[in-house]
Amino acid sequence: MKYAFSFLVVIALIVIAGLGSQIPGMPYLFGVALPYLAMMIFLGGCVYKVVQWAKSPVPFSIQTTCGQGKSLDFIKHDRLEAPHTTAEVVARMFLEIVTFRSLFRNTKSEIHDGPHVTYESSKWLWVFALIFHYSFLVIIVRHMRLFLDPVPFFIDWLEFGDGIFQIGAPNWYITDVGLLLGCMLLFSRRLITRHVRIISLVNDYFPLVLIFAIALTGILMRYFLRTDIDIVNIKQLLVGLVTLSPTIGAEIGAIFYIHLFLVCALLAYFPFSKLVHFAGVFLSPTRNMKNNSRAVRHINPWNPRILPHSYAGYEDEFREFMVDAGIPVEKELSPAKAEEIN
Amino acid sequence: MYNKGTIIPGLIIFVLLVTFPLWFNAFSTASDVPKVELPPGGEKQCVAPAAEMRASHMVMLNEWRDEVLRDGKRTAVTVGGKEYRKGLQMACMECHTNKEKFCDSCHLYTSVKPYCWDCHLTPGQAKKETH
Repeated sequence: MKYAFSFLVVIALIVIAGLGSQIPGMPYLFGVALPYLAMMIFLGGCVYKVVQWAKSPVPFSIQTTCGQGKSLDFIKHDRLEAPHTTAEVVARMFLEIVTFRSLFRNTKSEIHDGPHVTYESSKWLWVFALIFHYSFLVIIVRHMRLFLDPVPFFIDWLEFGDGIFQIGAPNWYITDVGLLLGCMLLFSRRLITRHVRIISLVNDYFPLVLIFAIALTGILMRYFLRTDIDIVNIKQLLVGLVTLSPTIGAEIGAIFYIHLFLVCALLAYFPFSKLVHFAGVFLSPTRNMKNNSRAVRHINPWNPRILPHSYAGYEDEFREFMVDAGIPVEKELSPAKAEEIN
Repeated sequence: MYNKGTIIPGLIIFVLLVTFPLWFNAFSTASDVPKVELPPGGEKQCVAPAAEMRASHMVMLNEWRDEVLRDGKRTAVTVGGKEYRKGLQMACMECHTNKEKFCDSCHLYTSVKPYCWDCHLTPGQAKKETH
């Protein structure tokens, strides 16, 4: 019942914000103090995480290659799958981050009578991830219309494209449906696929439920629970937050504080959870290293400094003792030294 | 720390991106928070209470459009003894005569682009807009 716990936590968060924001004076806690705190935890936490990762040495050249590495001239080099130069690594990383190529390779394994195992390509995870991540990205950028004053042109364009179907009023957005759908698909994948279900933990389910709740409260606020939702008031507060002079002009409906509190919870949770993969993907050595281990020696940064020690140097160091012990030496002791010993 | 040359610029880009609203607003001139202009004629009554109009006028306008243009139901709405014909210019803008002050001020501030004006002509601007 790991997923049930995630629902409980999200419901508890909703109740805290829903009831808490109704207490006089508390809107400033939920609308001003907590967003600042959450943002600082998010920024500080992410920077801390990245610095911690950057402090860890990479002892081996551990890039995962999925194609022919650079070899002799007549062997075709797969530049994207086994990058040999920085430019090729950048190209590989870019496509990984933008199109999730490693998820594209996802396979489904099944055991059949015999017994024998079969593997077949399974693109569902890739499709779900694309829907989810791109919807989320567009929604975050779209929200900038509430933070930026004046609103720059590219946000207008994005909003126009997202609401291009012009269904209903206010306009219905493609990405709203995309995000809800993405959350549901990724969540049901964890429940339905048996071998994914068995390795799923609370910290896999919780972010999905939380993001689903954020999307749902946002949609409820836009279309259904309109009491005291005056967009001008809300923008005044949000522009106030980012110009460091927040004011709450008039009463804002509880659904807004619930939405905002859930976002704060997500922001504060972000750096310390699996969600930090947004930064981690840039620092994964299996993707960002060059497949040039035959051309360039990878030196483990934590290796102790051991200098080469030739026999001549060894003899220089121990000659006296060697002569003393009667071991033959290539270069005799200097006469002065020899006298000293004798 | 290893790979300082890429980690530190990366972190700087990340922080700048996240704090984008902060410095965007710092370097641009803020507009005043718009105040809705009350009808110049001094009318006090509307088809619905002010709070409801503020929250869901767009839903009502959409419903009116569908009823009038798609279903042909042009019957006027009677609220508090006063008759309102269904229409942006026939009802709303009878009292709220100034589009710039009443409609545009809030819509511009919050970047809302209603497509009313794709078909409707702004009263008094009929000559200028020809599309």
